[in-house]
Amino acid sequence: MSSLLLFEQVLNGLQLGVMLFLMAAGLTLIFGVMGLINLAHGSLYMVGAFAAAAVAAATGSFLLALAASLAAAAAAGAVIELGVIRRLYDRDHLDQVLATFALILIFSEGTRWIFGSFPLFLDVPDYLSGPVTLPGGIQYPLYRLVIILAGLVVAAGLFLLIGRTRIGIQIRAGEADREMIAALGIDITRLYTLVFALGAALAGLAGALVGAIQSVQVGMGEPVLILAFVVIVIGGIGSVKGAFIGALLVGLTDTLGRSFLPGLFGLFMEPAAATTVGSALASMAIYILMAGVLLFRPRGLFGVA
Amino acid sequence: MRIAKSISSAALAAALALGAASAQAEGVKVGMITTLSGGGAGLGIDVRDGFMLAIKQAGDADIEVIIEDDQRKPDVAVQLADKMIQSDKVDVLTGIIWSNLAMAVVPSAVAQGKFYLSPNAGPSALAGKGCNPNYFNVAWQNDNLHEAAGAYANDAGYANSFILAPNYPAGKDALTGYKRFFKGELAGEVYTKLGQTDYAAELAQIRASGADSVFFFLPGGMGISFMKQYADSGIDLPVLGAAFSFDQGILQAVGDAALGAKNTSQWSKDIDNPANKAFVESFQAEYGRLPSLYASQGFDTANLLLSAMAKADISDADAFRAALKAADFDSVRGDFAFAPNNHPIQDIYVREVIKEGDVITNKIVGVALEDRSNAYVDECKM
Repeated sequence: MSSLLLFEQVLNGLQLGVMLFLMAAGLTLIFGVMGLINLAHGSLYMVGAFAAAAVAAATGSFLLALAASLAAAAAAGAVIELGVIRRLYDRDHLDQVLATFALILIFSEGTRWIFGSFPLFLDVPDYLSGPVTLPGGIQYPLYRLVIILAGLVVAAGLFLLIGRTRIGIQIRAGEADREMIAALGIDITRLYTLVFALGAALAGLAGALVGAIQSVQVGMGEPVLILAFVVIVIGGIGSVKGAFIGALLVGLTDTLGRSFLPGLFGLFMEPAAATTVGSALASMAIYILMAGVLLFRPRGLFGVA
Repeated sequence: MRIAKSISSAALAAALALGAASAQAEGVKVGMITTLSGGGAGLGIDVRDGFMLAIKQAGDADIEVIIEDDQRKPDVAVQLADKMIQSDKVDVLTGIIWSNLAMAVVPSAVAQGKFYLSPNAGPSALAGKGCNPNYFNVAWQNDNLHEAAGAYANDAGYANSFILAPNYPAGKDALTGYKRFFKGELAGEVYTKLGQTDYAAELAQIRASGADSVFFFLPGGMGISFMKQYADSGIDLPVLGAAFSFDQGILQAVGDAALGAKNTSQWSKDIDNPANKAFVESFQAEYGRLPSLYASQGFDTANLLLSAMAKADISDADAFRAALKAADFDSVRGDFAFAPNNHPIQDIYVREVIKEGDVITNKIVGVALEDRSNAYVDECKM
């Protein structure tokens, strides 16, 4: 029983991990290529979820809803890049943090203005709902398996895009030396808009996928944003590979910590105290992980020295 | 905000038109501090709308309401309370949703001789040792609905519950309340992170625990996430909780996943009394949505205040306090009286989530606790 439970929790950790990767990939790309700290990334996640909920309510199609989340978040990303972010590249990080924090407030209140204060409904489509039986007799929700699969497909696509295509070469060149690629005749401003929209679309997709099993409400993006920052700090800022490994580490640490730490403390403590200490420590686990990684690799696992 | 603005501007216009003559001694000034922005805004908006509906129906020109948004932040709430007491000179404060904000505002407001009528938060600290003659709770003591869930679990024959709540004071009160009445064993007791939205790990534990029932307290978005994921996980144990996770404002977002769940509440839209029927109808007509329990609490709070105004002048604090304590108003929840520590004595019902046409809502299926007071009466010395 216990090894089955462990396996199920590992799957849960993977699912959380690939979702975090979708968020963290955009964040780390934007930081790596443009040197910009984008606190409004969580708002793009929210935009994706709300767009999906609105389209799903109007058309009833989950696939259309996913497409809408990609389109809406990419469009929102492109618009804020053109309107606001573009003016911030040469400013220091504090200005960027202030401006993108203002964007969070604008997006939150704007969303409330359009959709109201009550959470929206977005559900898993019938053909993906309910549990399936995995080998070994584990009952596992089909939708979570689909999320893991979708996340891995997107991750593979992103690696191909960055490693094998012309745009990818430009992105990598942009990370390495901005002035030089501009001098070589690449339209750097267009590249920036493109990267920003791509990161936004990934965040929007994550919002829509997760929105179906969570609550689509104003402010849903900020808790995920914090986790995504932990991921890119662990993985090394600017590294997509680091974001992938970091996301899986954070997902597994958080899930396994939450499920097994209280029980572990129960072996040598009073049950009530074990629950309290275990829960408290489980909430801290990923930050302890981050501190540990930074202690030995100050630039993160795959950060460039 | 639109309603708040129009009311305060209407009040301003009235004050200007009538001049100082209308500002007679018997007018009551109410300061409402509630959550109107951010993730918890739905609750504050419902309380405000319920409260203002009652004021509007009374058509009483002697009452002025100032409404401000606390953004769910204790420091903002404290600033607003100071401003309302010192520069707006309010007589009565009300509106706070969250227990931590109430703890920051209420003790100092009542110490300055203001009345505080709570339309929602009922932390145990303000019911026991920290009780105050000027503090009245018109909703419930925090533990009440959870106690009722524990009592219902006994009636339903559950013997082995898995219980979970967020790791913060109200979460601990919730599990304490449940355990106070539940006589069976606990298959597991889990505290989750506040604001957590993914419950896969906890669901796996529930599945492996061998429980025969699940009790949870996860207000707002946390509850929406939990119920959707619970339904999707294929676990088919009965679920029960307090009304906060099955409230009208969030049921539509949970969808069919909530159907059949049992929850405990001091109010439901199908409580059969004339006051409640009129309330549900007029709320729908005014705002175009079904009222929630928060709206009912706001409505009752305003009616309690109006009943006291009809009996006594606010400038005579002792008489006004006695008039409040008499609770001489038609509560939409039926019988209502104050216990010695100024918290309600009321029936707490069991509701089931059902579908009426396309609308997901609650229906009363029984009474969990009759004339329930609270566990802290004896600790209150006043």
